[in-house]
Amino acid sequence: MIIKIENLNYIYNPNTPFEKKALDNVNLNIDKGDFIGLIGHTGSGKSTLVQHLNGLIKPTTGKIIVDGMDITSEDANLKEVRQKVGLVFQYPEHQLFEETIYKDIAFGPKNLELKEGEVRERVKKAMELVGLNFDDLKDRSPFELSGGQKRRVAIAGVLAMKPKVLVLDEPTAGLDPRGRDEILGRIQKLYEEEGITIILVSHSMEDIARLVNRIVVMHKGKIAGEGPTKEIFKQAEELEKIGLGIPQITSFMRKYKLEGNKVRDDILTVKEAKEELINYLRSRGNA
Amino acid sequence: MEQYMIKMENVKYEYSSMGEDSQLMAINSINIAVKKGEHLVILGHNGSGKSTLAKLMNGLLLPTEGNVYVNNMNTKDEDKVWDIRETAGMVFQNPDNQMVATIVEEDVAFGPENQGIPSLEIRKRVDEALRIVEMTEYKKHAPHLLSGGQKQRVAIAGILAMRPDCIILDEPTAMLDPIGRLEIISTIKKLNKIEKKTIVHITHYMDEAVEADRVLVMEQGEIVMEGTPREIFSQVEKVKRLGLDVPQVTELAYELRKEGINIPSQILTVEELVKAL
Repeated sequence: MIIKIENLNYIYNPNTPFEKKALDNVNLNIDKGDFIGLIGHTGSGKSTLVQHLNGLIKPTTGKIIVDGMDITSEDANLKEVRQKVGLVFQYPEHQLFEETIYKDIAFGPKNLELKEGEVRERVKKAMELVGLNFDDLKDRSPFELSGGQKRRVAIAGVLAMKPKVLVLDEPTAGLDPRGRDEILGRIQKLYEEEGITIILVSHSMEDIARLVNRIVVMHKGKIAGEGPTKEIFKQAEELEKIGLGIPQITSFMRKYKLEGNKVRDDILTVKEAKEELINYLRSRGNA
Repeated sequence: MEQYMIKMENVKYEYSSMGEDSQLMAINSINIAVKKGEHLVILGHNGSGKSTLAKLMNGLLLPTEGNVYVNNMNTKDEDKVWDIRETAGMVFQNPDNQMVATIVEEDVAFGPENQGIPSLEIRKRVDEALRIVEMTEYKKHAPHLLSGGQKQRVAIAGILAMRPDCIILDEPTAMLDPIGRLEIISTIKKLNKIEKKTIVHITHYMDEAVEADRVLVMEQGEIVMEGTPREIFSQVEKVKRLGLDVPQVTELAYELRKEGINIPSQILTVEELVKAL
């Protein structure tokens, strides 16, 4: 288990008229190597929760253990915490500030007081992981790049810290379909090849369905559901009740089954649906 | 020509990139006629030229070559600039950049105040605009405490209060969550169907194009596809090659047809596919 959250509560503006309970007794275990999708509509507490994971916010009450270390204790070393959990915010490209891509990505590792050679290796590797050519791009200004590329530079800056857990808050917001597919493809590769634990916060059920193996559903500061992706998306009515949906393809297969067709209703992608339907239609003798 | 709200004739737009001498072509020989009352959606990936096109449509940019007419007024005619902007209002991507006042109703009144409209008339227009976007109960609120979808509806009300015949929306939902997106999509539909406004809606979300009268797809500053949503989305391969999505059920129908299963090619919704199978 890489992350253990116990009885976590967080209250914004305590003891004022604006007091608001953002997290309400959250308990959650995340295993090493999990790819978690964190879903919930705006204001459900997702962002507040992920900001706790690397010590940006201290809980009002409760405990968070990351990789064996209690990050909520008084004497927790935040520098160490942030090497364990890398957090990529929404619109991370707004945080780029250096004059070259190299310097921007090297900023974190340099602050760890690593040797220049090690910093360089890390920058190179991080750029490879997000699909940016080191030799061509390292001396260019990050501000000359396209939106999708800028975002990849920002993600590389977090990866250069070699985190064990990578948290991405809406990494595809505002990108067009091509930029979105580029980023998601890179994230998937990162997961498969580097064995890193990933938490993906997203409003897109299609993206979640395509990538993650477990889903955590948040609603009004509480965990409203947790389980394997297929299990969670079977609960369409419950998800709709809290303002969420399921992928269009999953919704289609469910409706088709309700019409009396004997097909699986836990389909997550177009590819799966195609295979299932072809088998079904051929066995029915219609094809 | 009176039946057209916007007419673009052989429009080119070039700009020079910072520190480079070469001219870049953002818009290349475009001809578009937007009919009065039409709901037009322009699709294209980032950098395809669709935002430049939007800015040409109400004179925020002037064409390098060719002419743009808004309700028969040429955007190059300096005397007509204000008439043009009153005819074609524009809503941008980021609602936070479009708020000017600290109270919702004052924000909506900003446009008509600048038009020199008498205050009684402004009052009437602000109330009407907020009613149309269903934000009346928030009129005394501070804009920064609203959700993204609510802010964007206030921005639309600000344009409505100037009583334009045409509203151009440049990726109005790109920064919103799914609920905010639905709010804006239903507002746009209402503006077109009930308020009879001509709508030019620029987006890269294909699901927002499904309800349009007509769809244009842009690539490298040119229009590469044109047709009804059904005609466009049935060309699955081509749309994908242009860096855009089609609805998942449309893609599934296409894949099944390729395998020899007999279903119609122009499927856009879950219900249509259930029926077809």
